[in-house]
Amino acid sequence: MGYGKDARFVKGLSRWSQGLYIFSPRPLTQTETGFVALAFRPFPSFVPIPRSPGMGDETVIINSSIKNWSLVRRKTALRQRAKILQAIRDCFVGQGFWEVETPHRIPAPAPESYIDAVPSGSWFLHPSPELCMKRMLAAGYEKIFQICRCWREGERGSQHIPEFTLLEWYHSGVDYSTLMEECAVLIQTVATRVGLGERIIFCDQPIDLTTPWEKIPLRKAFLEYAKTPMEEALKDGSFDELMVRDIEPRLGKKKPTFVFDYPAERGALARLKIEDRTLAERFELYMGGLELANGFSELADPEEQRRRFDRENENRRAMGKPVYVIPERFLEELGEMPPSAGIALGIDRLVMIFLDARSIDEVVAFTPEEL
Amino acid sequence: MYSASDLRKGLKVVIDRDPYVVTFFEFSKPGKGQALYRTKLRNMITGLTLDRTFREGDTFEPASLEERPMQYLYKEGSHYHFMDNQTYEQIIINEESLAESKNFLIENLNVKVLLFRDKPIGVDLPNFVNLRVIKTELWVKGDTSKADYKPATVETGYELRIPPFVGEGELITIDTRTGEYSTRVKE
Repeated sequence: MGYGKDARFVKGLSRWSQGLYIFSPRPLTQTETGFVALAFRPFPSFVPIPRSPGMGDETVIINSSIKNWSLVRRKTALRQRAKILQAIRDCFVGQGFWEVETPHRIPAPAPESYIDAVPSGSWFLHPSPELCMKRMLAAGYEKIFQICRCWREGERGSQHIPEFTLLEWYHSGVDYSTLMEECAVLIQTVATRVGLGERIIFCDQPIDLTTPWEKIPLRKAFLEYAKTPMEEALKDGSFDELMVRDIEPRLGKKKPTFVFDYPAERGALARLKIEDRTLAERFELYMGGLELANGFSELADPEEQRRRFDRENENRRAMGKPVYVIPERFLEELGEMPPSAGIALGIDRLVMIFLDARSIDEVVAFTPEEL
Repeated sequence: MYSASDLRKGLKVVIDRDPYVVTFFEFSKPGKGQALYRTKLRNMITGLTLDRTFREGDTFEPASLEERPMQYLYKEGSHYHFMDNQTYEQIIINEESLAESKNFLIENLNVKVLLFRDKPIGVDLPNFVNLRVIKTELWVKGDTSKADYKPATVETGYELRIPPFVGEGELITIDTRTGEYSTRVKE
């Protein structure tokens, strides 16, 4: 491989040898003699790489002689992932949130009908840090966030991986509508900091990140996109099918979309709406049809929470799934939790959206199949 | 007996007494909702495709097909000729029945021919096959937008995406279950 006079701007050039491939944010040109001209000064025709945005002048060096190509080729994506994580942390710290860490291994996950925890000895790997973080709220921690690994059994597909990274944050004294605003600001800020700006492309669709974002009550989304009343779909068991087939693909197309006010039975830990007890103050954020975050105003009534856990466990028993021990300590302390709201955001999926990746496999270092 | 969580591309199951092969599979799970397994299934006898969504708890009979080890010989129009390794008997399978498998058939490849009521209806391929790249772009073209993979055609006419460093004439291993590039073969 040959190089031109501007090559001296590249660090580590002396280590370059034949067979080394570089991914450059700038166009490369080939001379008639087969040499490659590397122009690290801006070309008039400069176009940013859509699939690895925000790299600026950074050039990721890829060595093609390394055997594990699937890992080698993710180098640019994982570099971006690291930047996104850093930007998220900076954003929270700037807003006065504390980063906290709670145990990954817990004795009793929250019983929920459709979330299966991965056993670890006689305990479980947590499917979410929710219970421990709410115990911290109850103890007077007011603005906390955590970025951690979570595990959910049997979830594998192009948007799912059984061990994934979740960002959860909890905020005392606010409800789910404040959380929606915080969520929009976070994603907008992070996009700007990693160099994406206010417009991203995901699955060939431009998504405009400028606020206000779209908000639609789930009931309305059912009528509009599935042409079926939400209550009817719940009764005849077609709720999830309609969500996946008719509703989700239409959400977050031009702007990110918050869908809010879920049926009470679909929010086992959420507070019900005062004016309509059939609905929970819960929302989901969608971008380009991909579900990205789930948040709600927290239920703070221990007795009501116990009834809901019992009901979820009954559902689990009826489906032949393991029933979980009631998290007693959580219930004991829940009564002391101030009115709060909390949200879980899938980091892997945020990276997918920012990098325009079609599969979650593209944004993690290793998939379970590669171990 | 298979359960919904066993579903994957290539799995063969019985539905309404006919053997079907899963040709598309996607796992979905709307927030706090139940797991849904969306599939496309191809009827291995009629070739017709149907869309089906399964739920957790759904179960299937595996399609019990007779498997016979055979060798792929050659292709004549849309007819693919195979030879039984034991009896040397030759059989023909048409292109439609082979579906995607035809992309990976290279002369002398050992496969398992699948029979349903004595009629050959498809083949089971080895998980990995080696095929030669016959056409691909030179990588350094300044097209940094698709920096990580480039299109290529292998000797069977199958098109796939391969890493930039693989050139024409090189041998690559393809995972027949996904149809994707796996590694480069050093010769």
